[in-house]
Amino acid sequence: METLSQEKISFLKGKAKTIRKNVVEVLSQTSGGHFGGALSAADLLAALYFEVMKIDPQNPSWPDRDRFILSKGHISVAKCAALAYAGYFPYEDLLAKYNRLGSPYGMHEDMTKIKGCDMTAGSLGHGLSAGVGMALAGKYDKKDYRVFVMIGDADLQEGSTWEAIMAAAHFKLDNLICIVDRNQIGVDGFTEELMGLEPLAQKFQDFRWQPKEIDGHNMEQVVATMKAVPFAPGSPSAIIANTIKGKGVSFMENNHHWHFGVATKEQAEAALAELEKGI
Amino acid sequence: MEKTANPVQAYAKALLEVGGEDERIFCLTADLMHPFMIEDFALKYPDRFINVGVAEQNLMGIAAGMATCGKIPFVHTYTPFMTMRSCEQMRTDVCYPFLNVKMAGMCSGINMGVGGATHHSVEDIAILRAIPNMTLLSPADPIEIGRAVHAAAKHIGPTFIRFGRVPSPLVYEEGSDHPFIIGKSITLRDGRDVSLLATGLMVHRALGAAELLAKDGISARVINIHTIKPIDQSAIIKAAKETGAIVTAEEHNIMAGFGSAVAEVVVEECPVPMRRVGIEDTFCGLGPTEEMYQKWGLTAEKIAQAAREVLQVRSATKA
Repeated sequence: METLSQEKISFLKGKAKTIRKNVVEVLSQTSGGHFGGALSAADLLAALYFEVMKIDPQNPSWPDRDRFILSKGHISVAKCAALAYAGYFPYEDLLAKYNRLGSPYGMHEDMTKIKGCDMTAGSLGHGLSAGVGMALAGKYDKKDYRVFVMIGDADLQEGSTWEAIMAAAHFKLDNLICIVDRNQIGVDGFTEELMGLEPLAQKFQDFRWQPKEIDGHNMEQVVATMKAVPFAPGSPSAIIANTIKGKGVSFMENNHHWHFGVATKEQAEAALAELEKGI
Repeated sequence: MEKTANPVQAYAKALLEVGGEDERIFCLTADLMHPFMIEDFALKYPDRFINVGVAEQNLMGIAAGMATCGKIPFVHTYTPFMTMRSCEQMRTDVCYPFLNVKMAGMCSGINMGVGGATHHSVEDIAILRAIPNMTLLSPADPIEIGRAVHAAAKHIGPTFIRFGRVPSPLVYEEGSDHPFIIGKSITLRDGRDVSLLATGLMVHRALGAAELLAKDGISARVINIHTIKPIDQSAIIKAAKETGAIVTAEEHNIMAGFGSAVAEVVVEECPVPMRRVGIEDTFCGLGPTEEMYQKWGLTAEKIAQAAREVLQVRSATKA
Protein backbone atom coordinates (compact mmCIF):
# COMPACT_ATOMS: atom_id res chain seq x y z
CA MET A 1 0.00 0.00 0.00
CA GLU A 2 1.11 3.50 -0.83
CA THR A 3 1.93 5.63 2.22
CA LEU A 4 0.85 9.22 2.23
CA SER A 5 2.88 12.08 3.60
CA GLN A 6 1.77 13.57 6.89
CA GLU A 7 1.17 16.86 5.07
CA LYS A 8 -1.21 15.14 2.70
CA ILE A 9 -3.04 13.45 5.54
CA SER A 10 -3.41 16.74 7.41
CA PHE A 11 -4.63 18.40 4.22
CA LEU A 12 -7.32 15.74 3.73
CA LYS A 13 -8.34 15.84 7.37
CA GLY A 14 -8.69 19.58 6.97
CA LYS A 15 -10.97 19.07 3.96
CA ALA A 16 -13.09 16.60 5.93
CA LYS A 17 -13.36 19.10 8.75
CA THR A 18 -14.43 21.80 6.30
CA ILE A 19 -17.09 19.51 4.82
CA ARG A 20 -18.45 18.77 8.32
CA LYS A 21 -18.54 22.43 9.27
CA ASN A 22 -20.24 23.28 5.99
CA VAL A 23 -22.84 20.58 6.57
CA VAL A 24 -23.71 22.08 9.95
CA GLU A 25 -23.63 25.62 8.63
CA VAL A 26 -25.86 24.92 5.63
CA LEU A 27 -28.33 22.61 7.37
CA SER A 28 -28.74 24.71 10.48
CA GLN A 29 -30.02 27.63 8.47
CA THR A 30 -32.79 25.54 6.90
CA SER A 31 -35.70 23.62 8.27
CA GLY A 32 -33.45 20.69 9.14
CA GLY A 33 -31.48 18.05 7.35
CA HIS A 34 -29.60 14.76 7.40
CA PHE A 35 -26.79 15.67 9.80
CA GLY A 36 -25.92 12.14 10.94
CA GLY A 37 -25.17 10.48 7.63
CA ALA A 38 -23.51 13.57 6.20
CA LEU A 39 -21.07 13.74 9.10
CA SER A 40 -20.33 10.01 8.95
CA ALA A 41 -19.39 10.20 5.26
CA ALA A 42 -17.21 13.33 5.37
CA ASP A 43 -13.81 11.61 5.56
CA LEU A 44 -14.73 9.30 2.69
CA LEU A 45 -15.87 12.23 0.54
CA ALA A 46 -12.72 14.23 1.32
CA ALA A 47 -10.52 11.30 0.30
CA LEU A 48 -12.46 10.79 -2.95
CA TYR A 49 -12.64 14.39 -4.11
CA PHE A 50 -9.24 15.64 -2.93
CA GLU A 51 -6.99 12.66 -3.48
CA VAL A 52 -8.42 9.56 -5.10
CA MET A 53 -10.69 10.47 -8.01
CA LYS A 54 -9.49 11.61 -11.41
CA ILE A 55 -11.70 14.63 -12.03
CA ASP A 56 -11.54 18.04 -13.66
CA PRO A 57 -13.84 20.57 -12.01
CA GLN A 58 -13.32 22.91 -14.97
CA ASN A 59 -14.72 20.21 -17.26
CA PRO A 60 -17.43 18.37 -15.30
CA SER A 61 -18.52 16.22 -18.25
CA TRP A 62 -14.98 15.13 -19.20
CA PRO A 63 -15.65 11.66 -20.66
CA ASP A 64 -12.58 10.09 -19.04
CA ARG A 65 -13.31 11.26 -15.50
CA ASP A 66 -13.94 8.90 -12.63
CA ARG A 67 -17.65 8.78 -11.82
CA PHE A 68 -19.16 9.18 -8.37
CA ILE A 69 -22.71 8.20 -7.49
CA LEU A 70 -24.08 9.10 -4.09
CA SER A 71 -26.75 6.46 -3.70
CA LYS A 72 -27.49 7.76 -0.21
CA GLY A 73 -28.63 10.94 -1.95
CA HIS A 74 -30.06 12.45 1.23
CA ILE A 75 -26.57 13.64 2.23
CA SER A 76 -26.17 15.64 -0.97
CA VAL A 77 -25.24 18.61 1.22
CA ALA A 78 -21.95 16.93 2.18
CA LYS A 79 -21.14 16.02 -1.40
CA CYS A 80 -22.02 19.53 -2.57
CA ALA A 81 -19.63 20.96 0.01
CA ALA A 82 -16.90 18.70 -1.42
CA LEU A 83 -17.83 19.72 -4.97
CA ALA A 84 -17.70 23.38 -3.98
CA TYR A 85 -14.21 23.12 -2.50
CA ALA A 86 -13.05 20.99 -5.41
CA GLY A 87 -13.93 23.99 -7.59
CA TYR A 88 -17.20 23.10 -9.32
CA PHE A 89 -19.05 26.10 -7.88
CA PRO A 90 -18.55 28.56 -5.02
CA TYR A 91 -19.44 27.37 -1.54
CA GLU A 92 -21.31 30.66 -1.05
CA ASP A 93 -23.66 29.58 -3.82
CA LEU A 94 -24.51 26.40 -1.91
CA LEU A 95 -24.92 28.29 1.37
CA ALA A 96 -27.16 30.93 -0.17
CA LYS A 97 -29.37 28.64 -2.23
CA TYR A 98 -29.65 25.30 -0.38
CA ASN A 99 -33.31 24.18 -0.24
CA ARG A 100 -34.52 27.52 -1.66
CA LEU A 101 -37.22 27.61 -4.31
CA GLY A 102 -35.74 26.60 -7.66
CA SER A 103 -32.29 25.93 -6.20
CA PRO A 104 -29.94 23.39 -7.76
CA TYR A 105 -29.01 22.26 -4.23
CA GLY A 106 -31.35 20.56 -1.82
CA MET A 107 -32.09 17.56 0.34
CA HIS A 108 -31.57 15.14 -2.58
CA GLU A 109 -29.73 15.59 -5.82
CA ASP A 110 -30.52 16.33 -9.46
CA MET A 111 -27.72 15.63 -11.93
CA THR A 112 -29.17 18.08 -14.43
CA LYS A 113 -28.81 20.96 -11.96
CA ILE A 114 -25.66 20.32 -9.90
CA LYS A 115 -22.31 20.77 -11.64
CA GLY A 116 -20.18 17.69 -11.10
CA CYS A 117 -23.08 15.42 -10.12
CA ASP A 118 -22.95 12.23 -12.17
CA MET A 119 -26.32 10.74 -11.17
CA THR A 120 -29.61 11.89 -9.76
CA ALA A 121 -30.22 10.31 -6.34
CA GLY A 122 -32.59 10.36 -3.42
CA SER A 123 -34.56 7.13 -3.43
CA LEU A 124 -32.45 4.38 -1.86
CA GLY A 125 -31.35 1.28 -3.69
CA HIS A 126 -30.88 2.95 -7.08
CA GLY A 127 -27.25 4.04 -7.21
CA LEU A 128 -25.43 0.76 -7.60
CA SER A 129 -27.40 -0.27 -10.70
CA ALA A 130 -26.59 3.04 -12.36
CA GLY A 131 -22.97 2.41 -11.38
CA VAL A 132 -23.08 -0.99 -13.07
CA GLY A 133 -24.37 0.75 -16.22
CA MET A 134 -21.56 3.32 -16.17
CA ALA A 135 -18.97 0.63 -15.54
CA LEU A 136 -20.29 -1.47 -18.43
CA ALA A 137 -20.17 1.58 -20.71
CA GLY A 138 -16.58 2.24 -19.58
CA LYS A 139 -15.54 -1.32 -20.40
CA TYR A 140 -17.20 -1.15 -23.80
CA ASP A 141 -15.47 2.16 -24.57
CA LYS A 142 -12.15 0.75 -23.32
CA LYS A 143 -11.79 3.68 -20.93
CA ASP A 144 -9.90 3.37 -17.69
CA TYR A 145 -12.21 5.49 -15.55
CA ARG A 146 -13.52 4.03 -12.32
CA VAL A 147 -17.04 4.27 -10.96
CA PHE A 148 -17.31 4.90 -7.23
CA VAL A 149 -20.73 4.38 -5.66
CA MET A 150 -21.33 5.34 -2.06
CA ILE A 151 -24.20 3.51 -0.44
CA GLY A 152 -25.57 3.64 3.07
CA ASP A 153 -26.76 0.85 5.32
CA ALA A 154 -30.33 1.36 4.14
CA ASP A 155 -29.35 0.93 0.49
CA LEU A 156 -28.41 -2.60 1.51
CA GLN A 157 -31.90 -3.22 2.83
CA GLU A 158 -33.30 -2.57 -0.67
CA GLY A 159 -33.52 -5.70 -2.82
CA SER A 160 -32.51 -3.80 -5.94
CA THR A 161 -29.03 -3.20 -4.50
CA TRP A 162 -28.50 -6.95 -4.32
CA GLU A 163 -29.56 -7.29 -7.96
CA ALA A 164 -26.79 -4.83 -8.80
CA ILE A 165 -24.31 -6.63 -6.53
CA MET A 166 -25.00 -9.87 -8.39
CA ALA A 167 -24.67 -8.19 -11.79
CA ALA A 168 -21.40 -6.37 -11.00
CA ALA A 169 -19.67 -9.62 -10.13
CA HIS A 170 -21.25 -11.47 -13.05
CA PHE A 171 -19.95 -8.85 -15.48
CA LYS A 172 -16.54 -8.82 -13.74
CA LEU A 173 -16.65 -5.07 -13.24
CA ASP A 174 -13.33 -4.35 -11.59
CA ASN A 175 -13.82 -0.69 -12.51
CA LEU A 176 -16.69 -0.49 -10.02
CA ILE A 177 -16.11 0.32 -6.36
CA CYS A 178 -18.88 0.26 -3.81
CA ILE A 179 -18.15 2.25 -0.67
CA VAL A 180 -20.46 1.44 2.21
CA ASP A 181 -20.84 4.23 4.73
CA ARG A 182 -21.55 1.70 7.48
CA ASN A 183 -22.73 3.95 10.29
CA GLN A 184 -25.12 1.24 11.48
CA ILE A 185 -28.05 3.58 12.02
CA GLY A 186 -31.22 4.22 10.02
CA VAL A 187 -34.20 6.49 10.62
CA ASP A 188 -35.69 4.33 13.35
CA GLY A 189 -32.58 3.03 15.08
CA PHE A 190 -29.73 0.54 14.71
CA THR A 191 -29.73 -1.46 11.49
CA GLU A 192 -28.87 -4.66 13.30
CA GLU A 193 -32.02 -4.30 15.40
CA LEU A 194 -34.16 -3.04 12.51
CA MET A 195 -33.10 -5.44 9.73
CA GLY A 196 -29.70 -6.94 10.23
CA LEU A 197 -27.04 -6.74 7.51
CA GLU A 198 -24.25 -8.73 9.12
CA PRO A 199 -22.11 -10.53 8.26
CA LEU A 200 -21.80 -7.88 5.54
CA ALA A 201 -18.25 -8.48 4.31
CA GLN A 202 -19.02 -12.16 4.08
CA LYS A 203 -22.13 -11.40 2.02
CA PHE A 204 -20.09 -9.37 -0.47
CA GLN A 205 -17.56 -12.19 -0.57
CA ASP A 206 -20.30 -14.73 -1.19
CA PHE A 207 -21.64 -12.55 -3.99
CA ARG A 208 -18.18 -12.75 -5.60
CA TRP A 209 -16.94 -9.27 -4.69
CA GLN A 210 -13.63 -8.40 -3.10
CA PRO A 211 -14.53 -6.71 0.20
CA LYS A 212 -12.28 -4.84 2.61
CA GLU A 213 -13.44 -3.54 5.96
CA ILE A 214 -11.85 -0.34 7.22
CA ASP A 215 -12.20 2.43 9.78
CA GLY A 216 -13.98 5.09 7.75
CA HIS A 217 -12.54 7.86 9.90
CA ASN A 218 -8.91 6.80 9.66
CA MET A 219 -7.74 8.93 6.73
CA GLU A 220 -4.53 6.95 6.09
CA GLN A 221 -6.51 3.74 5.88
CA VAL A 222 -9.32 5.28 3.80
CA VAL A 223 -7.01 6.70 1.16
CA ALA A 224 -4.70 3.70 1.03
CA THR A 225 -7.66 1.35 0.58
CA MET A 226 -9.32 3.49 -2.08
CA LYS A 227 -6.03 3.72 -3.95
CA ALA A 228 -5.61 -0.04 -3.89
CA VAL A 229 -8.63 -0.77 -6.07
CA PRO A 230 -9.32 -3.06 -7.76
CA PHE A 231 -8.45 -5.46 -4.97
CA ALA A 232 -8.40 -8.23 -7.55
CA PRO A 233 -8.56 -8.04 -11.33
CA GLY A 234 -11.93 -9.11 -12.69
CA SER A 235 -13.82 -8.41 -9.45
CA PRO A 236 -15.72 -5.40 -8.20
CA SER A 237 -14.34 -3.94 -4.96
CA ALA A 238 -16.36 -3.23 -1.82
CA ILE A 239 -15.00 -0.93 0.84
CA ILE A 240 -17.02 -1.34 3.99
CA ALA A 241 -16.16 1.80 5.91
CA ASN A 242 -17.16 1.52 9.55
CA THR A 243 -18.23 4.99 10.53
CA ILE A 244 -19.99 6.81 13.32
CA LYS A 245 -23.26 8.49 12.53
CA GLY A 246 -22.97 12.17 13.45
CA LYS A 247 -19.14 11.91 13.68
CA GLY A 248 -17.49 14.92 15.24
CA VAL A 249 -20.44 16.36 17.16
CA SER A 250 -20.82 14.76 20.59
CA PHE A 251 -24.59 15.07 20.89
CA MET A 252 -25.18 13.80 17.36
CA GLU A 253 -22.85 10.80 17.46
CA ASN A 254 -24.57 7.41 17.38
CA ASN A 255 -27.95 9.01 17.82
CA HIS A 256 -30.64 8.07 15.33
CA HIS A 257 -32.59 11.23 16.16
CA TRP A 258 -29.93 13.08 14.17
CA HIS A 259 -30.51 11.00 11.04
CA PHE A 260 -32.73 13.93 10.18
CA GLY A 261 -32.71 16.72 12.68
CA VAL A 262 -33.35 20.39 13.21
CA ALA A 263 -30.53 22.25 14.93
CA THR A 264 -31.24 25.23 17.13
CA LYS A 265 -28.90 28.23 16.91
CA GLU A 266 -27.19 27.11 20.12
CA GLN A 267 -26.83 23.53 18.93
CA ALA A 268 -25.37 24.68 15.62
CA GLU A 269 -22.85 26.91 17.43
CA ALA A 270 -21.90 24.10 19.79
CA ALA A 271 -21.53 21.69 16.87
CA LEU A 272 -19.32 24.11 14.92
CA ALA A 273 -17.16 24.72 18.01
CA GLU A 274 -16.70 21.00 18.57
CA LEU A 275 -15.83 20.42 14.94
CA GLU A 276 -13.32 23.24 15.06
CA LYS A 277 -11.39 22.00 18.05
CA GLY A 278 -12.13 18.30 17.66
CA ILE A 279 -13.76 16.09 20.29
CA MET B 1 -58.59 -13.47 -45.15
CA GLU B 2 -56.87 -10.45 -43.62
CA LYS B 3 -53.12 -10.24 -43.58
CA THR B 4 -51.39 -10.63 -40.24
CA ALA B 5 -47.80 -10.31 -39.09
CA ASN B 6 -45.80 -10.96 -35.97
CA PRO B 7 -45.27 -7.76 -33.97
CA VAL B 8 -42.25 -9.12 -32.14
CA GLN B 9 -40.50 -10.16 -35.34
CA ALA B 10 -41.16 -6.70 -36.75
CA TYR B 11 -39.74 -5.12 -33.62
CA ALA B 12 -36.61 -7.29 -33.62
CA LYS B 13 -35.94 -6.63 -37.30
CA ALA B 14 -36.14 -2.88 -36.78
CA LEU B 15 -33.90 -3.06 -33.71
CA LEU B 16 -31.27 -4.86 -35.74
CA GLU B 17 -31.50 -2.12 -38.37
CA VAL B 18 -31.11 0.78 -35.96
CA GLY B 19 -28.37 -1.11 -34.10
CA GLY B 20 -26.47 -1.36 -37.37
CA GLU B 21 -26.88 2.35 -38.03
CA ASP B 22 -25.88 3.63 -34.61
CA GLU B 23 -23.15 2.12 -32.46
CA ARG B 24 -24.46 3.91 -29.39
CA ILE B 25 -27.47 1.59 -29.34
CA PHE B 26 -27.33 -1.20 -26.76
CA CYS B 27 -29.84 -3.99 -26.25
CA LEU B 28 -30.68 -4.86 -22.64
CA THR B 29 -33.05 -7.50 -21.36
CA ALA B 30 -34.08 -9.31 -18.21
CA ASP B 31 -33.97 -12.93 -19.41
CA LEU B 32 -36.36 -12.31 -22.32
CA MET B 33 -34.05 -12.51 -25.32
CA HIS B 34 -35.97 -15.35 -26.93
CA PRO B 35 -39.51 -13.97 -26.45
CA PHE B 36 -38.30 -10.64 -27.92
CA MET B 37 -36.62 -12.49 -30.81
CA ILE B 38 -33.51 -10.36 -30.34
CA GLU B 39 -31.07 -13.27 -30.69
CA ASP B 40 -29.82 -11.81 -33.98
CA PHE B 41 -28.85 -8.57 -32.27
CA ALA B 42 -27.08 -10.59 -29.57
CA LEU B 43 -25.19 -12.60 -32.19
CA LYS B 44 -24.30 -9.70 -34.41
CA TYR B 45 -23.43 -7.19 -31.69
CA PRO B 46 -22.49 -9.30 -28.64
CA ASP B 47 -20.61 -6.40 -27.04
CA ARG B 48 -23.77 -4.32 -27.14
CA PHE B 49 -26.07 -6.98 -25.77
CA ILE B 50 -26.60 -7.26 -22.03
CA ASN B 51 -28.79 -9.79 -20.28
CA VAL B 52 -29.17 -9.09 -16.56
CA GLY B 53 -31.30 -12.08 -15.62
CA VAL B 54 -34.70 -11.59 -14.06
CA ALA B 55 -34.02 -8.29 -12.32
CA GLU B 56 -36.08 -5.49 -13.84
CA GLN B 57 -35.12 -2.80 -11.36
CA ASN B 58 -31.46 -3.42 -12.04
CA LEU B 59 -32.19 -3.56 -15.78
CA MET B 60 -33.62 -0.05 -15.78
CA GLY B 61 -30.96 1.35 -13.44
CA ILE B 62 -28.18 -0.04 -15.63
CA ALA B 63 -29.81 1.53 -18.68
CA ALA B 64 -29.90 4.90 -16.92
CA GLY B 65 -26.22 4.63 -15.98
CA MET B 66 -25.25 3.71 -19.54
CA ALA B 67 -27.27 6.61 -20.93
CA THR B 68 -25.25 9.05 -18.79
CA CYS B 69 -22.22 7.80 -20.74
CA GLY B 70 -23.79 8.61 -24.11
CA LYS B 71 -25.21 5.17 -24.89
CA ILE B 72 -28.75 4.62 -26.17
CA PRO B 73 -30.04 1.56 -24.32
CA PHE B 74 -33.11 -0.24 -25.62
CA VAL B 75 -34.60 -2.03 -22.61
CA HIS B 76 -36.71 -5.14 -23.08
CA THR B 77 -39.18 -6.75 -20.76
CA TYR B 78 -42.91 -7.34 -20.56
CA THR B 79 -44.95 -4.18 -20.12
CA PRO B 80 -46.46 -5.11 -16.72
CA PHE B 81 -42.97 -5.73 -15.29
CA MET B 82 -41.42 -2.69 -16.95
CA THR B 83 -44.10 -0.27 -15.82
CA MET B 84 -44.66 -1.70 -12.36
CA ARG B 85 -41.61 -3.64 -11.14
CA SER B 86 -39.14 -1.04 -12.41
CA CYS B 87 -41.55 1.88 -12.35
CA GLU B 88 -39.52 3.92 -9.90
CA GLN B 89 -36.24 3.40 -11.74
CA MET B 90 -38.02 4.41 -14.96
CA ARG B 91 -39.40 7.54 -13.35
CA THR B 92 -36.53 8.59 -11.08
CA ASP B 93 -33.42 7.32 -12.86
CA VAL B 94 -34.53 7.75 -16.48
CA CYS B 95 -37.29 10.35 -16.83
CA TYR B 96 -36.34 12.75 -14.03
CA PRO B 97 -32.84 13.34 -15.47
CA PHE B 98 -34.25 13.03 -19.04
CA LEU B 99 -31.90 10.22 -20.06
CA ASN B 100 -32.00 8.77 -23.53
CA VAL B 101 -33.38 5.33 -22.72
CA LYS B 102 -35.81 3.44 -24.98
CA MET B 103 -38.23 1.02 -23.38
CA ALA B 104 -39.76 -1.79 -25.42
CA GLY B 105 -42.82 -3.11 -23.64
CA MET B 106 -44.20 -6.36 -24.97
CA CYS B 107 -47.39 -8.10 -23.76
CA SER B 108 -49.22 -4.80 -23.47
CA GLY B 109 -52.97 -5.01 -22.89
CA ILE B 110 -54.43 -8.51 -22.69
CA ASN B 111 -52.48 -9.71 -25.70
CA MET B 112 -50.84 -12.54 -23.75
CA GLY B 113 -54.32 -13.90 -23.08
CA VAL B 114 -53.43 -17.18 -21.41
CA GLY B 115 -50.86 -15.46 -19.19
CA GLY B 116 -53.61 -14.07 -17.02
CA ALA B 117 -53.52 -10.79 -15.13
CA THR B 118 -49.88 -11.18 -14.04
CA HIS B 119 -48.86 -10.95 -17.70
CA HIS B 120 -51.54 -8.52 -18.84
CA SER B 121 -51.10 -4.79 -18.73
CA VAL B 122 -54.19 -2.62 -18.51
CA GLU B 123 -52.49 0.01 -16.33
CA ASP B 124 -49.35 1.01 -18.23
CA ILE B 125 -50.76 3.95 -20.21
CA ALA B 126 -52.06 5.47 -16.98
CA ILE B 127 -48.69 5.04 -15.31
CA LEU B 128 -46.58 6.24 -18.23
CA ARG B 129 -48.74 9.25 -19.06
CA ALA B 130 -48.32 10.55 -15.53
CA ILE B 131 -44.52 10.54 -15.67
CA PRO B 132 -43.09 13.87 -16.86
CA ASN B 133 -40.55 13.72 -19.72
CA MET B 134 -41.93 10.41 -21.03
CA THR B 135 -42.83 9.88 -24.68
CA LEU B 136 -45.30 7.02 -25.19
CA LEU B 137 -45.66 5.31 -28.56
CA SER B 138 -48.40 2.81 -29.34
CA PRO B 139 -48.04 1.66 -32.95
CA ALA B 140 -51.05 0.20 -34.76
CA ASP B 141 -49.55 -2.87 -36.42
CA PRO B 142 -46.26 -4.71 -36.98
CA ILE B 143 -45.31 -2.43 -39.87
CA GLU B 144 -45.80 0.65 -37.74
CA ILE B 145 -43.87 -0.98 -34.89
CA GLY B 146 -40.83 -1.00 -37.17
CA ARG B 147 -41.36 2.66 -38.00
CA ALA B 148 -41.76 3.50 -34.31
CA VAL B 149 -38.44 1.82 -33.48
CA HIS B 150 -36.66 3.93 -36.10
CA ALA B 151 -38.34 7.09 -34.84
CA ALA B 152 -37.53 6.25 -31.21
CA ALA B 153 -33.87 5.64 -32.04
CA LYS B 154 -33.57 9.16 -33.46
CA HIS B 155 -35.73 10.84 -30.83
CA ILE B 156 -33.84 12.27 -27.86
CA GLY B 157 -35.32 11.42 -24.46
CA PRO B 158 -37.11 8.61 -22.62
CA THR B 159 -39.36 6.76 -25.05
CA PHE B 160 -41.66 3.82 -24.40
CA ILE B 161 -42.92 1.61 -27.25
CA ARG B 162 -46.05 -0.36 -26.35
CA PHE B 163 -46.92 -3.48 -28.33
CA GLY B 164 -48.34 -6.98 -28.21
CA ARG B 165 -47.01 -10.45 -28.71
CA VAL B 166 -49.30 -12.50 -30.92
CA PRO B 167 -49.62 -12.03 -34.70
CA SER B 168 -51.91 -9.13 -35.43
CA PRO B 169 -53.73 -7.82 -38.50
CA LEU B 170 -52.01 -5.32 -40.74
CA VAL B 171 -53.30 -1.78 -41.01
CA TYR B 172 -50.57 -0.70 -43.42
CA GLU B 173 -48.98 -2.10 -46.53
CA GLU B 174 -45.24 -2.62 -46.42
CA GLY B 175 -43.65 0.52 -47.87
CA SER B 176 -46.87 2.54 -47.66
CA ASP B 177 -46.50 6.29 -47.46
CA HIS B 178 -47.36 6.92 -43.81
CA PRO B 179 -44.29 8.47 -42.22
CA PHE B 180 -44.14 7.96 -38.47
CA ILE B 181 -43.77 11.34 -36.85
CA ILE B 182 -43.79 11.28 -33.05
CA GLY B 183 -46.78 13.28 -31.78
CA LYS B 184 -48.55 13.39 -35.13
CA SER B 185 -51.58 11.17 -35.64
CA ILE B 186 -52.54 9.58 -38.94
CA THR B 187 -56.05 9.90 -40.39
CA LEU B 188 -56.71 6.57 -42.09
CA ARG B 189 -60.26 7.21 -43.23
CA ASP B 190 -62.13 10.44 -43.54
CA GLY B 191 -65.66 10.82 -42.24
CA ARG B 192 -68.11 13.49 -41.15
CA ASP B 193 -70.56 11.96 -38.64
CA VAL B 194 -68.31 10.58 -35.93
CA SER B 195 -64.58 10.17 -35.23
CA LEU B 196 -63.12 6.89 -34.10
CA LEU B 197 -59.82 7.59 -32.35
CA ALA B 198 -57.86 4.44 -31.74
CA THR B 199 -54.41 3.36 -30.62
CA GLY B 200 -52.39 0.17 -30.99
CA LEU B 201 -54.18 -2.96 -32.00
CA MET B 202 -57.56 -1.21 -31.77
CA VAL B 203 -56.82 0.86 -34.88
CA HIS B 204 -57.55 -2.13 -37.08
CA ARG B 205 -60.79 -2.74 -35.21
CA ALA B 206 -61.76 0.92 -35.58
CA LEU B 207 -61.37 0.56 -39.35
CA GLY B 208 -63.64 -2.48 -39.15
CA ALA B 209 -66.15 -0.45 -37.15
CA ALA B 210 -66.11 2.27 -39.82
CA GLU B 211 -67.04 -0.37 -42.41
CA LEU B 212 -69.92 -1.57 -40.24
CA LEU B 213 -71.14 1.98 -39.71
CA ALA B 214 -70.92 2.74 -43.43
CA LYS B 215 -73.48 -0.01 -44.01
CA ASP B 216 -75.87 2.02 -41.82
CA GLY B 217 -75.04 5.16 -43.75
CA ILE B 218 -72.85 6.58 -40.98
CA SER B 219 -69.66 8.21 -42.12
CA ALA B 220 -66.89 7.59 -39.59
CA ARG B 221 -63.45 9.17 -39.52
CA VAL B 222 -60.70 6.86 -38.26
CA ILE B 223 -57.59 8.33 -36.69
CA ASN B 224 -54.58 6.30 -35.61
CA ILE B 225 -53.14 8.00 -32.57
CA HIS B 226 -49.82 6.18 -32.39
CA THR B 227 -48.32 8.66 -29.94
CA ILE B 228 -50.27 8.74 -26.69
CA LYS B 229 -47.88 11.25 -25.14
CA PRO B 230 -47.48 13.92 -26.34
CA ILE B 231 -50.95 13.53 -27.82
CA ASP B 232 -51.94 15.16 -31.11
CA GLN B 233 -54.24 17.84 -29.69
CA SER B 234 -54.94 19.58 -32.99
CA ALA B 235 -56.19 16.38 -34.67
CA ILE B 236 -58.49 15.70 -31.70
CA ILE B 237 -59.90 19.23 -31.68
CA LYS B 238 -60.38 19.12 -35.45
CA ALA B 239 -62.20 15.79 -35.18
CA ALA B 240 -64.43 17.11 -32.41
CA LYS B 241 -65.26 20.26 -34.36
CA GLU B 242 -65.80 18.62 -37.72
CA THR B 243 -67.63 15.44 -36.71
CA GLY B 244 -69.17 16.45 -33.37
CA ALA B 245 -68.86 13.01 -31.77
CA ILE B 246 -65.91 10.93 -30.62
CA VAL B 247 -65.32 7.30 -29.75
CA THR B 248 -61.96 6.13 -28.43
CA ALA B 249 -60.65 2.57 -28.50
CA GLU B 250 -57.77 1.11 -26.54
CA GLU B 251 -56.50 -2.21 -25.23
CA HIS B 252 -56.18 -0.83 -21.70
CA ASN B 253 -58.31 0.16 -18.74
CA ILE B 254 -60.58 3.00 -19.82
CA MET B 255 -59.72 4.68 -16.52
CA ALA B 256 -56.74 7.04 -16.91
CA GLY B 257 -55.83 5.53 -20.25
CA PHE B 258 -55.88 6.64 -23.87
CA GLY B 259 -59.57 7.57 -23.91
CA SER B 260 -59.01 9.66 -20.83
CA ALA B 261 -56.15 11.45 -22.57
CA VAL B 262 -58.43 12.26 -25.50
CA ALA B 263 -61.23 13.30 -23.12
CA GLU B 264 -58.94 15.80 -21.42
CA VAL B 265 -58.46 17.57 -24.73
CA VAL B 266 -62.10 17.30 -25.78
CA VAL B 267 -63.49 18.59 -22.49
CA GLU B 268 -61.17 21.57 -22.38
CA GLU B 269 -61.08 22.53 -26.04
CA CYS B 270 -64.27 21.40 -27.74
CA PRO B 271 -66.77 19.40 -25.65
CA VAL B 272 -68.75 16.93 -27.75
CA PRO B 273 -70.47 13.64 -26.85
CA MET B 274 -67.90 10.91 -26.32
CA ARG B 275 -67.60 7.19 -25.50
CA ARG B 276 -64.55 5.16 -24.49
CA VAL B 277 -64.13 1.55 -25.56
CA GLY B 278 -61.61 -0.52 -23.61
CA ILE B 279 -61.26 -2.69 -20.54
CA GLU B 280 -63.85 -1.51 -18.07
CA ASP B 281 -61.79 -1.41 -14.88
CA THR B 282 -61.44 -5.11 -14.30
CA PHE B 283 -58.82 -7.84 -14.29
CA CYS B 284 -59.54 -10.03 -17.27
CA GLY B 285 -58.93 -13.62 -16.24
CA LEU B 286 -57.32 -15.71 -18.94
CA GLY B 287 -58.00 -17.37 -22.25
CA PRO B 288 -56.92 -17.55 -25.88
CA THR B 289 -56.20 -14.03 -27.10
CA GLU B 290 -58.90 -13.62 -29.73
CA GLU B 291 -61.56 -15.07 -27.42
CA MET B 292 -60.38 -12.65 -24.77
CA TYR B 293 -60.84 -9.72 -27.15
CA GLN B 294 -64.38 -10.91 -27.88
CA LYS B 295 -65.22 -11.42 -24.22
CA TRP B 296 -63.93 -8.04 -23.10
CA GLY B 297 -65.41 -6.11 -26.00
CA LEU B 298 -62.24 -5.12 -27.83
CA THR B 299 -63.99 -5.55 -31.17
CA ALA B 300 -65.13 -3.63 -34.23
CA GLU B 301 -68.73 -4.35 -33.24
CA LYS B 302 -68.28 -2.78 -29.81
CA ILE B 303 -66.71 0.34 -31.33
CA ALA B 304 -69.55 0.59 -33.88
CA GLN B 305 -72.07 0.15 -31.10
CA ALA B 306 -70.42 2.94 -29.08
CA ALA B 307 -70.53 5.16 -32.18
CA ARG B 308 -74.27 4.59 -32.58
CA GLU B 309 -74.80 5.41 -28.90
CA VAL B 310 -72.79 8.58 -29.09
CA LEU B 311 -74.70 9.68 -32.18
CA GLN B 312 -77.98 9.11 -30.33
CA VAL B 313 -76.72 11.25 -27.47
CA ARG B 314 -75.77 13.94 -29.91
CA SER B 315 -79.13 13.99 -31.67
CA ALA B 316 -80.92 14.01 -28.29
CA THR B 317 -78.77 16.97 -27.24
CA LYS B 318 -79.51 18.78 -30.47
CA ALA B 319 -83.23 18.13 -30.18
